Amino acid sequence: MGHAYATIAFEAARCDGCQDCMRACATAKCGSDDISRARLQVLPAVLPAGQPLDGGAPASFELAMCRQCGDPRCVAVCPAGALAKDVETGVITRNADTCVDCLLCTVGCAYAGIAPDPADGRVAKCDMCDGAPACVAACPTGALRHVTTARIYNEVGDWEDLFAPGLAGCQGCNSELVMRHALRRVGPDTVLATPPGCVPGMGSVGYNGLTGTKVPVFHPLLTNTAAMLAGVKRQYKRVGRDITAMAIAGDGGASDVGFQSLSGAAERGEEILFLVIDNEGYMNTGMQRSSCTPYGAWTSTTPVGRETKGKSQDAKNLPLLMVGHRCAYVATASTAFMQDFYDKLDKAIAASKHGFAYLHVYSPCTTGWRFPTERNIAVARTAVETNFVMLWEFTPQDGLHLTHPIESPRPVADYLKAMGRFRHLTDDQIGHIQAKVEENRAVIAQIAAGAAAR
Amino acid sequence: MDTRYLVVGSSHAALEAVAAIRMHDPDGSLALVTRDRHPPYSPTVLPYVVSGRSVPESVRLRDDRYFTANRVTYLPGRALVRLRPEHGTATLSDGATIAYDKLLLATGATPAIPPIPGLDRAAYHVLRTLDDALALRSAIATARRPVVLGGGLVGMHAAENLVEAGAAVTVVEMQPRVLGAYFDPIAAGLIERAFVAHGARIVTGRRVVAVSREDAATRVHLDDGDTLTTDLLLVATGVKPDLAYLADSGVAHEAGILVDDGMRTSVANVWAAGDCAQARDFLTGRPILNAILPEAAEQGRLAGMAMAGDPGTRSYAGGVPLNTYRFFGHHAIAVGTVPAGAADHLRHDAAHGRYLRIAVADGRLHGMFGVDVFFDGGVMRQLILRRTDVSAVIDRLLADPLRTGRELMSRMWK
Repeated sequence: MGHAYATIAFEAARCDGCQDCMRACATAKCGSDDISRARLQVLPAVLPAGQPLDGGAPASFELAMCRQCGDPRCVAVCPAGALAKDVETGVITRNADTCVDCLLCTVGCAYAGIAPDPADGRVAKCDMCDGAPACVAACPTGALRHVTTARIYNEVGDWEDLFAPGLAGCQGCNSELVMRHALRRVGPDTVLATPPGCVPGMGSVGYNGLTGTKVPVFHPLLTNTAAMLAGVKRQYKRVGRDITAMAIAGDGGASDVGFQSLSGAAERGEEILFLVIDNEGYMNTGMQRSSCTPYGAWTSTTPVGRETKGKSQDAKNLPLLMVGHRCAYVATASTAFMQDFYDKLDKAIAASKHGFAYLHVYSPCTTGWRFPTERNIAVARTAVETNFVMLWEFTPQDGLHLTHPIESPRPVADYLKAMGRFRHLTDDQIGHIQAKVEENRAVIAQIAAGAAAR
Repeated sequence: MDTRYLVVGSSHAALEAVAAIRMHDPDGSLALVTRDRHPPYSPTVLPYVVSGRSVPESVRLRDDRYFTANRVTYLPGRALVRLRPEHGTATLSDGATIAYDKLLLATGATPAIPPIPGLDRAAYHVLRTLDDALALRSAIATARRPVVLGGGLVGMHAAENLVEAGAAVTVVEMQPRVLGAYFDPIAAGLIERAFVAHGARIVTGRRVVAVSREDAATRVHLDDGDTLTTDLLLVATGVKPDLAYLADSGVAHEAGILVDDGMRTSVANVWAAGDCAQARDFLTGRPILNAILPEAAEQGRLAGMAMAGDPGTRSYAGGVPLNTYRFFGHHAIAVGTVPAGAADHLRHDAAHGRYLRIAVADGRLHGMFGVDVFFDGGVMRQLILRRTDVSAVIDRLLADPLRTGRELMSRMWK
């Protein structure tokens, strides 16, 4: 597999212009507090928003720094061979001994990522501080983040894919992403349960006597998934084999008819990793509503007509119900935030060795939610950015805390308009959903505050 | 020998093409033929080899390990002498014939020697190859009264090297100012001033009418009757592509090989890039020779992508003049052009020798030129290519080109 690299991300909306990042950079790289020598430049926007340029959204702060390009033009135009991309770290390095100070790199780079240090006139650029960027460590608001998700992809590339090739998901479906990543991470010593739903529907249980996985897999009833898996795990434990007992279930199977066995297994503290892919309905069988379908959403059983305007009830908050079971670990995740997902997967695997671990992954459904097939990750991200979906984790010891708090959430309408299942909504319905988002946020915040106060 | 890809040349255009081909096609057979015997290097680095700042061993842009790892058959020391596109064959100076599926001509340029009477019988240096640089480097050690013909980048770089070596240098430029291709009279004046302050003599607006030899010395006769006696003559009056190999090939060419926006020549399966190619000028739309490093790299990359069938292939944006120049610890940067009728915005701090000129036409940025005022040339190039209307920010751009340019960049192409 190819290399993916860590990067530094800047979220202008969180920046307050304190310049601590630039001071930290100048100090780390030059031993100076002169911020003009910093290799990243955060600039307060002076230009009138949208005028005369219509290229991007107005932001209060702009950033100039090296992008560590995959196909770097600075390297291509260096006549002295002094710049090179390090294939291990992804950092574009500069050899000060062979650099002839010709400045051609500065006309090559379109991002102002390499420029002369005003103190000595020699070009300088971000070197990511050998993997521990000083600017990120100094940022008090979280506007700068060191995104190390790449590590996951590099590592995952070396692990065995434990699903067979050719899972038959709908075009643009990201359940396959969740399944393959999760099972790769959990590893080969796994017994997998996939109750009726999209996951077996796309072929994971297999055809014609062959399984779709390279681990033992079985296909329980919707109603008894957690019960069967608990028994399987206990038998393995009895014979002295350490396996991960894992379920990959849909929201329908978990929150509706399967809820009794799920609740029972959680209450008994069965040593199970229960992963729910929540696409907010019975999508596999023709897009019927489930108790996880949100208010207002069109499904085949909550049609839009003269009288009904989509689902008339609010969704059940299944992960919060699992918190009520005081499981060893409960978390929500999103495929738009893979690093967060992986952190939680690791914790869930560890927790499943001594108790019940529950991981709830919000997974947009291209077919059932009606949005273009290339928009899946964007829709998942918008759900988080509007607080429609909140990313948090819970343990009985530490309580609940948010793992990706959104300080300035976008209006929920931004999320609703991204897909066809909400196209019919009236302003009143949108108002209702926005109010529910606020209410849910308040409930989660209250629980999180209680945990923080302990 | 047979090869899927044949690349002729070994500098930026050729090397970028090889990288682009390998990005998309890791397996197709690929041969790189070059007349140079040294490992690939950039002509742009040669003044630094002359000065001793760079050593020949450190200027190589690729090594054998790279060619092995990328499965490139590297054939140095062989020039292309004949091209038969109808047969898909190229004949080399060693007599070998290579059959290709796709060919890139990135053969660069050679020094243009002006038709000055007596010059052909005089001993003179040029600076285009590593061997030229090494010869000039050893000649500099003993030169006392060198004369440089041509006040372009190569001539001025070499003149600075000679000044630093302690010689009394004279630069003769027939245009009214040095570096006239990139800089206006004020900027060129600042550059000339630095040279004069360091003891060089700059003679502009003068033509050399004859060169003669007397004993060990060479005499350079100017059109105003003046005669310069020199122990080292460097001819740096520009470069031109050497296209003798195109005879009877059917490949259309003027001063350079004519290419379209996909770097295709007039003949199927033959591309051209870099200093030998004549590609579309961004401003005028006419095919021009724009023999600068960044364009060579860009054209080579595009040609390589097209040759390999990379679906990411883009269309050439058009050539924009672009250069940086360091002299005696100062710097000058030129991006773009000044079209006829452009509005000029300038600031000139004569006391400190700082100068900035911005050319705007129809509200759009067309060029930015600075001496000891740094700006991000790559950002300005993008603003020019994007035909960005800067009329609302022109005052800020002039006062603070660095921050304003970066703000525009961050706003427009995050």
